[in-house]
Amino acid sequence: MAKMTVKADTCKGCGLCMTACPRKIIGFDRDKINSKGYHPAVLLDEEKCIGCAMCAQMCPDCAIIVER
Amino acid sequence: MAIVFEKPHALTDVPTHYCPGCTHGIIHRLVAEVIDELGIEGKTIGVAPVGCSVLAYNYFSCDMVEAPHGRAPAVATGLKRALPDRVVFSYQGDGDLAAIGTAETVHAATRGENITVIFVNNAIYGMTGGQMAPTTLPGQVTQTTPYGRDVKVAGNPIRVCEMLSTLDGVALAQRVSVDCVKNIRVAKKAIRKGFENQLNGRGYSIIEVISSCPTNWGLTPVEALDWLRENMLPYYPLGVYKDTSEEAKGNE
Amino acid sequence: MKGNEALAEAAIQAGCRHFFGYPITPQTEVAAYMAKRMPKIGGTYLQAESEVAAINMVLGAASAGVRALTSSSSPGISLKTEGISYIAGSDLPCVIINVQRGGPGLGGIQPSQADYWQATRAPGHGDLHILVFAPSTVQEMVDLVMDAFDLADLYRMPAMILADGALGQMMEPVEIKERPKRDLPEKTWAANGHENKRPHNIVNSLYLTPGDLEALVVERFKRYDVIKSKEQRSESYMADDAEIVVVAYGASSRVCKSAVKAARAEGIKAGLIRPITLWPFPADAMQAAAKTAKQFLTVEMSMGQMVDDVRLAVNGAVPVGFFGHTGGIIPSPAEVLGEIKKLAGGAK
Repeated sequence: MAKMTVKADTCKGCGLCMTACPRKIIGFDRDKINSKGYHPAVLLDEEKCIGCAMCAQMCPDCAIIVER
Repeated sequence: MAIVFEKPHALTDVPTHYCPGCTHGIIHRLVAEVIDELGIEGKTIGVAPVGCSVLAYNYFSCDMVEAPHGRAPAVATGLKRALPDRVVFSYQGDGDLAAIGTAETVHAATRGENITVIFVNNAIYGMTGGQMAPTTLPGQVTQTTPYGRDVKVAGNPIRVCEMLSTLDGVALAQRVSVDCVKNIRVAKKAIRKGFENQLNGRGYSIIEVISSCPTNWGLTPVEALDWLRENMLPYYPLGVYKDTSEEAKGNE
Repeated sequence: MKGNEALAEAAIQAGCRHFFGYPITPQTEVAAYMAKRMPKIGGTYLQAESEVAAINMVLGAASAGVRALTSSSSPGISLKTEGISYIAGSDLPCVIINVQRGGPGLGGIQPSQADYWQATRAPGHGDLHILVFAPSTVQEMVDLVMDAFDLADLYRMPAMILADGALGQMMEPVEIKERPKRDLPEKTWAANGHENKRPHNIVNSLYLTPGDLEALVVERFKRYDVIKSKEQRSESYMADDAEIVVVAYGASSRVCKSAVKAARAEGIKAGLIRPITLWPFPADAMQAAAKTAKQFLTVEMSMGQMVDDVRLAVNGAVPVGFFGHTGGIIPSPAEVLGEIKKLAGGAK
């Protein structure tokens, strides 16, 4: 059981977390525009998250919290 | 479930002004994580430069001083001489450290000033909108090298770690990158060593971090990291250029 | 004691343990003295790679909350103006010594007073002032260095000792008296490590919002007004009934004192007002003297710089003349007496 959560208002939508994710289960939330004007990143498939925190290590904005 | 990754305490809650995908944010976090791990936030003073990271004083939770352009090593020297028991680090970009502040950098290094220097090399002046930096690559297009950097006119880039590694006062000169998680882990280890050197009174440590500038390179954040790997890493090879620690001696 | 060495010893007596400098004639004895003394008293003497680095080391040490000093001569002070502006803009205290030599450019190495404008008008870019003290004896060099540290701390701003090559090289007896410690505010703003006991301190001069920057500068100028009302200093010599008031500071004031004495001996009612603070300029003393004087004469080792402030102070109430030499030449008492006599003749 693991989970990554994106702080939607902190995310700048750069997409670097997606390149770091070994499971390729992070995408942009196209339905949401945050206060900065970006589509924030979002975990697409919670089942597949292994909580490796590689997304969070790649995030320049400390916008990701990882739980395991 | 327990939280296994969140923002380090040594970073404030102030949102950074950095562009999306700018790797300054990663480097800030690594420095803050090291400060947290060593438990030194209360005794650390950081020196912010002039350049994109000028507002770093708002982002680190330790005491901070904002230096004039290029003078961070001199300001850090004054701080460290006044407070030898405190931990002093400077955070500087390529224009700050290797152009306007070259004299301050070289002399702080050769004095073996017991400070830790985080040097962010992204081959461009970011804050002023993308002009040539001392580390801009030959042929690289910037606002002030619109036809590409012509080394016959503009001269050649400076390889800072190589240059400083010839100086006796330098305890650690290491070039790292934050283009991928693997390299980020190496970068953090190097930054930690830089701070540990200071705690052990070993002298001047510089960690050069190869970084990206998607906005001024005119690339997406993901493309920028590809460009970094293809163009910057061949010119600025990663690795340890000088390390006087016991552990390094053991490896010889 | 030699003037330059007196400056250095006074700084040590004032509790300064951090000196950052760079060799330049004619102030080098300050650095040499510090290099000899500081290691023996647990202080720091550091020869920087440049004047620019030296003033920024002062910025760093001042940020840490300690008393820091740098010294130089005219061309070196030009290099320090960047740092002085940042120090003023960060509300940090420090002391800067300028043992003036001739300019512009590399100029010469003989005594001069041609940096008055720089010290009082443009010690750095932006809206700012620094305290400027002008000693005229070696004893006063000692006393004013101590005052400079105190007032810099009190008002959180840089203070400059504006001396010249003649005073720096002069030998005179001095007495370094124990002084009562002045009650000064604690440096709660210092960036010296928060020990997890307070929010982080930021020493900074950057304010990107125009309104914020204006508010801060306006606050600083209110402080400057307090200083102008409380800290003006000057010495008056035979000026109470003087018809001809000579205004001179530093080395040239010594010459003028002799000239005034000689003029009095010849029956001319001459007097001298010697500014001790150049910023704040002792405008009150000038205005008081302008009530009885018929003529002012400003004497400087320059083409005439302080004369601007004398004219601003008397605001047209009396004519203000000027006599001076530049390039490293000190006016002689006979020359100044000659000028006084010319004016006395004209006044009759």
